Amino acid sequence: MTSAIRFSGVSRHFGDVKAVDGVDLDIAEGEFFAMLGPSGSGKTTCLRLIAGFERPTSGTIEIFGKVVQDTPPYKRDVNTVFQDYALFPHLNVRDNVAYGLMIAGLAKKNRHKSADDALEIVALGGYGDRKPSELSGGQRQRVALARALINQPKALLLDEPLGALDLKLREQMQEELKVLQRNLGITFVFVTHDQSEALSMADRVAVFDAGKIIQVGTPEAIYYRPERPFVADFVGSSNVLPPEFVAKLTGTMAYGAVRPEAVYLADHGHSACVKTVSFLGTATRVSLDVAGTPMTMLLPKGALIPKSGETVLIDWAAHDLHVMHP
Amino acid sequence: MNRNSGPLGRISDALWRKPSLLIFLLILPPALWLGIIYLGSLFALLAQSFFSIDEFTGQIQYEWTLKTYGELFRPSNFDIIIRTVVMATAVTIGAAIIGFPVAYYAARYARGKWKAVFYLGIMMPLWSSYLVKVYAWKLILAKEGILNWLFETLHLSWLLEAYLSIPIIGGNSLSVSATGTFLVFLYVWLPFMILPIQASLERVPVSMLEASGDLGARPSQTFRHVLLPLALPGVIAGSIFTFSLTLGDYIIPQIVGSSRRFIGQAVYAFQGTAGNIPLAAAFAVVPILLMAVYLWIAKRKGAFDAL
Amino acid sequence: MHSDRAPLGLKIAAGFGLAFMHLPILLIFVYAFTTEDKSYQWPPPGFTLKWFGVTWGRSDVWEALALSLKVASISTVIALVLGTLCAAAVSRTKFFGREVISLLVILPIALPGIITGISLRSAFNLADIPFSFWTIVLGHATFCVVVVYNNAVARFRRVSGSLVEASMDLGANSFQTFRYVIMPNISTALLAGGMLAFALSFDEVIVTTFTAGQQQTLPIWMLEELVRPRERPVTNVVAMVVVLVTFLPILGAYYLTRGTDTVAGQGK
Repeated sequence: MTSAIRFSGVSRHFGDVKAVDGVDLDIAEGEFFAMLGPSGSGKTTCLRLIAGFERPTSGTIEIFGKVVQDTPPYKRDVNTVFQDYALFPHLNVRDNVAYGLMIAGLAKKNRHKSADDALEIVALGGYGDRKPSELSGGQRQRVALARALINQPKALLLDEPLGALDLKLREQMQEELKVLQRNLGITFVFVTHDQSEALSMADRVAVFDAGKIIQVGTPEAIYYRPERPFVADFVGSSNVLPPEFVAKLTGTMAYGAVRPEAVYLADHGHSACVKTVSFLGTATRVSLDVAGTPMTMLLPKGALIPKSGETVLIDWAAHDLHVMHP
Repeated sequence: MNRNSGPLGRISDALWRKPSLLIFLLILPPALWLGIIYLGSLFALLAQSFFSIDEFTGQIQYEWTLKTYGELFRPSNFDIIIRTVVMATAVTIGAAIIGFPVAYYAARYARGKWKAVFYLGIMMPLWSSYLVKVYAWKLILAKEGILNWLFETLHLSWLLEAYLSIPIIGGNSLSVSATGTFLVFLYVWLPFMILPIQASLERVPVSMLEASGDLGARPSQTFRHVLLPLALPGVIAGSIFTFSLTLGDYIIPQIVGSSRRFIGQAVYAFQGTAGNIPLAAAFAVVPILLMAVYLWIAKRKGAFDAL
Repeated sequence: MHSDRAPLGLKIAAGFGLAFMHLPILLIFVYAFTTEDKSYQWPPPGFTLKWFGVTWGRSDVWEALALSLKVASISTVIALVLGTLCAAAVSRTKFFGREVISLLVILPIALPGIITGISLRSAFNLADIPFSFWTIVLGHATFCVVVVYNNAVARFRRVSGSLVEASMDLGANSFQTFRYVIMPNISTALLAGGMLAFALSFDEVIVTTFTAGQQQTLPIWMLEELVRPRERPVTNVVAMVVVLVTFLPILGAYYLTRGTDTVAGQGK
């Protein structure tokens, strides 16, 4: 696999704030790569470093083998879909999409033809004469996508592109983006703070915290084998067991993680006090206190549901306990 | 693709690599203009206030002294300062009283077409010619003008005469009285009071007034306890204008008013016919100092958000 | 209570305020047609159009008007350049001294005009600069910058974020971005700011008295007539024309910026 984007020891400091702090990263060509983390964790800054809106304080950034720290955004083979879409308000939809071609010097007729084709692909054929302000959020998103793709970038950068959409539209767009990426075969770098979005869409996920990458891996690895308590907690809210607890069970002094859905009510096991019980539709979430360690479990439909205040016995299969690096 | 080669492209690359260079290049011309031409002149003036004038020869003595500032406290000069400050205060209070209802109506009740009417109704007088406005009042206040005619037609001339016989605010006729000066000041600076009040009132969410009514406040109580405190920054912002503009004006009292002078006239006279630049400069420092104090208080009251 | 109608007292007070602001100006329109030429007699003894002809034939009025228009045009151009640069820099990033720049721009209009005027005059004296067309322009451009700046800065803020980045991302360099994205988005704000700057300069008298020397702009001409009236009917006609002429840029600026974040004019 050739590497599409590579960070070697990249830092971006704003005064005393280390927005990105010594990040190493390798994104393969044709990969759907998600950068996941809470706000302020450095994921968006990383994306902006790739696009060229920020320059690294130190380190090297390569795009398809070319070192780019000194290359301005307009000379990089990547394009961006912005969080607020950043459609030009003074141009109609067609001219927005054709903007990159206009700058490249294409004749009006040719670029309008290409723009209309691109709008057709994102199911907005016939919208070319409208102003961006006349479109819905979902439609603007598609225009932004068409505008970024018309330049035929080698990699597409997406900065929380689905954040402003409502739930239903967001799920639909997740599907469409996946299909689009597979059809185009180009690298997608996708920034999000929504773990389920990252896990469902990406080939690989990088989890960010405080300017550093905590873990990179497939969604399965991130989900089932978190390497740090932060990852376990942030991605799908695993139960994080303190080292003392894990030591008693396995003899290893390290943090452990158990998925809530792996916990079940048992005849033998750990004594737990039921704090709250919430009905979620497909399952029921039970918050527990296990000898001072807060835990949650998800009980499937039809299971026996304990009442809050009760003391119950819980357990999990040994292989469901993931022991992190000490 | 023909991508950004050529000299412009290279300059663009350089600006991207050094964003601070771009900021520097952008800010340089205005900073030079304002810094050299404006601030330079201002400091040159202030510096002269620390010189003095030789009483016998009338020549400026270029030695640092506070003597000129001492002259400000001579009764004849100090009177000018007091008179100006009193006038500025009166104009500010008058403008707030007349301006508030206009701003309040424009912000709360005017909708659609009326909104535009109020907007232009405030903006037009603000921007129409200062001298024409002063001239209009010269016409109004003239002995043979419309105001005297009105009093005569209503057989109320005795009332006007009684008023004019009051010392200090009265005079031979309205056009040479302090009241006349006050009216013109009030008229000319009124829009400067209305706009900030309107801006601050428009920022008060309607739900806040409804909440007050919901909690049992009568409209008058809502006005006093909710609306007025919220509008106060706007009033203070407006008062900055009315106060500062009155402090520095020398044309209005020259055209409509008594022979008693205001700071602006003193500055003008001392730098002109009297040739006493140091004293003129010292006089000019007075409004600057007054405004600095005023702005400092206003800033603490949060008035700058309403500008 | 919002949907309530305004109380009667408030309506009367607001109406009184508006009337107070407008009736005096309307009076000018009546006086421009009066037959009386020795005093400000009210009611006018009769109406005539002859003073318009007389004014038309006065070369001093034409010269003053020409000088005022020239000064206002040049000052507006300078203010447009300086104000736009300033707004661009201030809205772009937080940089050291940004507050200082904002203050510096506002100062010439925040301090009483007489201080700006006398400062410039004493500086001209110290530097031995004789009064000329350019000394007037120097003063006018200085206090016009703020009007352009105020109009442009809000619009710049809106453009300078992701729109500029989007343009660069799509292959446009700084100059292309300026031409194709920034200019189209700020042009109406600049036009409005320019109109207001023009109106401000065209009307200015306080600073001008200190920087004009023997030259007469239209406001200076008016001032002379106010202090030492020579031919009152001509002054009446000029006053009316000035009112009409200044209304045009204000209306224009209003329609240009209507419905946007900031409406022009607050900056005076």
